[in-house]
Amino acid sequence: MDKFETLTGVAAPLPMINVDTDMIIPKQFLKTIKRTGLGKSLFFEMRYDDAGKEIPDFILNRPAYRQAKVLIAGANFGCGSSREHAPWSILDFGIRCVIAPSFADIFYNNCFKNGILPIKLPQEVCDKLMKAAENGANATFTVDLAAQEIHAPDGEVVAFPVDSFRKHCLLNGLDDIGLTLVKKAKIDTYEQARKTAQPWV
Amino acid sequence: MTAPRTLFDKIWESHLVDRQDDGTCLIYIDRHLVHEVTSPQAFEGLALSGRTVYRPEQTLAVADHNVPTTDRSKGIADPESRTQVETLEANGRAFGVRVFSMDDVRQGVVHIVGPEQGFTLPGMTIVCGDSHTSTHGAFGSLAFGIGTSEVEHVLATQTLVQAPAKNMRVLVNGNLPQGTTAKDIVLKIISVLGTAGGTGYVIEYAGDAIRGLSMEGRMTVCNMSIEAGARAGLIAPDETTFAYVKGRPLAPKPADWEAAVAYWKTLHTDDGAHFDAEVVIDASEIVPQVTWGTSPEDVVAITGSVPDPKAEVDEGKAKAMQRSLDYMGLVAGQPMEEVKIDRVFIGSCTNGRIEDLRAAASVAKGRTIAASVKAMVVPGSGLVKQQAEAEGLHTVFLDAGFEWREPGCSMCLAMNADKLEPGERCASTSNRNFEGRQGRGGRTHLVSPEIAAASAITGYLTDVRKFLG
Repeated sequence: MDKFETLTGVAAPLPMINVDTDMIIPKQFLKTIKRTGLGKSLFFEMRYDDAGKEIPDFILNRPAYRQAKVLIAGANFGCGSSREHAPWSILDFGIRCVIAPSFADIFYNNCFKNGILPIKLPQEVCDKLMKAAENGANATFTVDLAAQEIHAPDGEVVAFPVDSFRKHCLLNGLDDIGLTLVKKAKIDTYEQARKTAQPWV
Repeated sequence: MTAPRTLFDKIWESHLVDRQDDGTCLIYIDRHLVHEVTSPQAFEGLALSGRTVYRPEQTLAVADHNVPTTDRSKGIADPESRTQVETLEANGRAFGVRVFSMDDVRQGVVHIVGPEQGFTLPGMTIVCGDSHTSTHGAFGSLAFGIGTSEVEHVLATQTLVQAPAKNMRVLVNGNLPQGTTAKDIVLKIISVLGTAGGTGYVIEYAGDAIRGLSMEGRMTVCNMSIEAGARAGLIAPDETTFAYVKGRPLAPKPADWEAAVAYWKTLHTDDGAHFDAEVVIDASEIVPQVTWGTSPEDVVAITGSVPDPKAEVDEGKAKAMQRSLDYMGLVAGQPMEEVKIDRVFIGSCTNGRIEDLRAAASVAKGRTIAASVKAMVVPGSGLVKQQAEAEGLHTVFLDAGFEWREPGCSMCLAMNADKLEPGERCASTSNRNFEGRQGRGGRTHLVSPEIAAASAITGYLTDVRKFLG
């Protein structure tokens, strides 16, 4: 996993609530056995017409946002299916930070496992950032994870919360599994005790 | 004396392997279910880092999303689907994990297979790379969906790094009226909580109406917890649970049975335990439900009509409602029972169990589906199919004009060949009515198996009570 330290780029505004993971990446792209290559299919049904041609109005098809690195969306972003293909497609497109008033739990977790920073901010703060993001290519945002700050295009600084352990893992690009296997002795002790108490498990 | 604890607290605490200073926990995972869509990248990750599966015997794999529901002797036509299913089987062999193959009678939707085999037991922690893992909470086990990175983590360590959830209780008190099912209960709950109302919570379902449900009905309720945003739903185990589990292939052996039941009986919320949120619903007021929009919270009574976005005060919600109506091809004020349908899908991890098929068959018996409707029944597993055929249910469906298919996820998410054409409208017993879920441009109305069957017969969304006694 790539480290996440600071990120500077344009933010794409997507003012919709309840964006589900079927919408982020529809099922026909779940047949891959790889993690990469899904960026072109991100938001497929909103992004392309029935003939597979780009819908020019869709935010990520507009010239100003084709290189967006941040996405700002409505509440309950990432609801529905647990598919990690959703963060994979966001990452593969080039977006490494999603800002919204709230996220669905599984999607929120999945982001951290892939070096994407999901930021929860109050609705009115999101509205303000969304408005700034509408200025397109002239609106550059900087997200500084160590300082837990977003530097908005107008110079305003917005602080954001993040869980300290997750922050540590993102900043250092740490692999969870390696960290857990250090605790192997504890896992084995747990298993031994359980085997005695509940032999049917 | 220890403080009163909720059922969730008890299961959580009994699975703690480690707790970090910041409150992050390492919890032990008793059972890991695996399917072909969310696992290939996890197994690849293990192989690349030279890791093995920590406890293969606690892992069970089955292909369900991509499998055809028509004649399987010819294999899978779509090359990508075929590769994914073959990859699961190859990974099973390479890592020593049991796989129920497509030609195994035990194959089926992963959340139907687990309980059916006795792989799912009370008090356990159960995960799967699938959001409908919440289904298994019906047994009083803490069961939730995870992403592929977490699948890899569980494969490699048999544990998961998690923060504890908050506790919510949903009490459904009183008696269910005739014609109202477990599906209607859960649709009602989702409409009350909203699609994000359960975010951050584990929901414990309680009250007489829940207690009165069969295991199949309890699974239907817990299955859709995720549609209210909750990763897990829970129902305390009782005699109904024990009777269901007893004798299943992977249930506790006779020598351990009594000790197991004695432990399971401790798995209930203590009097006075604290819930962070509580919702009370009167079962006697729940009528059969149906969704009108593209979010599972878009629920009305089957006797109701399409709501008006202009009446919604929240601007974001009003916008989402209008988008839903445009997508669904509906107008505000239209009575739900005047909505004409093209397709009917009976099946899925929500409603693909034997009791669901019995319920649908009881409506279809001796009747014929409308000429304009194409309807199919997809049993949740090979064993459900076998049982249904032993009871003659397949004949009831076939005589009425339904197609009788092989088991799998099928048109719940349309990853195989079963899908809606653009603009087609479907009465579906599945769990999600998202845009494009059942096929690009397809329009989904979530309903109970009884309403699905009644709607197939009339060709319109139909209140099943018209077909009862």
